[in-house]
Amino acid sequence: MIAGSTRATEAAPRAAAARLDVAGVRAEFPILKQLVRGKPLVYLDNAATTQKPRAVVDAIRRYYEEDNANVHRGVHLLSERATRAYEEARVKVGRFVGAKDPREVIFTRGTTEGVNLVAQTFGRTRVGPGDEVLVTGMEHHSNIVPWQLLCAEKGATLRVVPVTDAGDLDLEAMAALLGPRTRLLAVTQVSNALGTVNPLPEIVALAKAKGVPVLVDGAQGVPHLGFDVSASGADFYAFSGHKMYGPTGIGVLWGRREHLEAMPPWQGGGDMILSVTFEKTTFNALPYKFEAGTPPIAGAIGLGAAVDWLAGKGLDAIAAHEERLVAHAVEALRAVPELRLFGTPRRRAGVVSFLLGDVHPHDLATIIDRQGVAVRAGHHCAQPLMQRFGVTATARASFAAYNTVEDVEALVRALHVAREVFA
Amino acid sequence: MSSELADLYQEVVLDHGKRPRNFGPLEGATHHAEGLNPLCGDHFTVHAKVDGGVVREAKFEGSGCAISKASASVMTGVVKGKTPEEIERIFDRFHELVTEGPGDGDPEELGKLAVFGGVHEYPTRVKCASLAWHALRAALAGAREPVSTE
Repeated sequence: MIAGSTRATEAAPRAAAARLDVAGVRAEFPILKQLVRGKPLVYLDNAATTQKPRAVVDAIRRYYEEDNANVHRGVHLLSERATRAYEEARVKVGRFVGAKDPREVIFTRGTTEGVNLVAQTFGRTRVGPGDEVLVTGMEHHSNIVPWQLLCAEKGATLRVVPVTDAGDLDLEAMAALLGPRTRLLAVTQVSNALGTVNPLPEIVALAKAKGVPVLVDGAQGVPHLGFDVSASGADFYAFSGHKMYGPTGIGVLWGRREHLEAMPPWQGGGDMILSVTFEKTTFNALPYKFEAGTPPIAGAIGLGAAVDWLAGKGLDAIAAHEERLVAHAVEALRAVPELRLFGTPRRRAGVVSFLLGDVHPHDLATIIDRQGVAVRAGHHCAQPLMQRFGVTATARASFAAYNTVEDVEALVRALHVAREVFA
Repeated sequence: MSSELADLYQEVVLDHGKRPRNFGPLEGATHHAEGLNPLCGDHFTVHAKVDGGVVREAKFEGSGCAISKASASVMTGVVKGKTPEEIERIFDRFHELVTEGPGDGDPEELGKLAVFGGVHEYPTRVKCASLAWHALRAALAGAREPVSTE
């Protein structure tokens, strides 16, 4: 993706997108070549974290072997190089999500930190007693708990948009819940537990009609669909590097400049100040106002490399590949006797959640793992959503660019083993 | 099925997981405690009736995986007629079994608990096997808060 991309935020992958060379992609992920439990690794836990292509690992290694220094302070050459690489990563990542200005790109530790930053700054100054914060029934705990903490502190109320049986958001209910006291809507782009792709243009329009700012959790959305922050109308967009082929420990909070300028700083420390005396501290300009302390420099550089990698493969080509794969997985899983799929959303990305008969998902995941297939079992940090569907946990297979139809077949074979064990 | 899988999911374990014994509320129980595994949502309540310093009866309720249910099922049978001190000793032996394996100890000593000898091959499942035990020990110690595996 390049700056000024006109790709609509929610457009279905173009049929014309170049077909992804999956074998070529796989060759770039050395980790996939191993045997686990004596079987070829089938990695279907990408919603938890994706694997990293060699380009990302190399970028991090190169930084540590050649350029390592602290940023924004040394006048020596290494510091200059490290600073340049760190800031170039910011520009790349900003461009990737359509930010108009790299100063709107705040490096964080991940999505969770981004949401907390907004809750503790924007939220704290905007939310008061009797106000409301609106979240949805399909949010990850990290897009619930920071708002709960804020509401408890301010005497505000957390309201929840219900989820339909199909696993979509009830937009009529959302429209009704967006009221005069709503100070913010926090909504995920893609459900990490069901794979639901939320219709953000419609949702943002609903919120904007009521003058309500919108924070979008892009952790699961950005690796599959990308996002255009400027075209979206959203006010904040938070995402994680490690779910989009980048390293752990780095994430991004994008915010509209006017909000970021008006928000008080969050954490205090070095780098976020212009001058400090015991009487008064003058804070640094954006984005540094929100980046206290030595940042995750190698992480940012790794994320920059991940963004280059994604753009090189073409997000549309990746999305088209994943869409075919997930559709195939849904079909193949439906054919497994006693398998129950959770959610039949209007549009799905990357994730399929299921249960097999009355086999507990942990038992299922253990048996599947012995066949070399890695899936997630549990509540996926979305306990309210699990309760909505009357379960405590599900098994979840989640897909990335390097997954294949053979991976789906291996999953189905492993499920048949589980059926035998629990026959 | 691989032999390691067969070790974990022994017939007895599968049977207890499917048809847990001592499952349900316990009238006249003197001790209760909840056990929670926040990572997977497994959640049990263990009830015990203690009389004259001896656990006369133990039952459990809740939901969990086959391993945690089977463990609760076997445990509630094994502890009947035992003192809390004896239960602590059995737990120590059980904990050693599920973390390190059967070892050289006397298999007779473990009795029915020996069916959990395959768990040690699955480090992520040790907590499943131990959950009900932690809850029972907390109940006997008079805990007021749910115990957590974390």
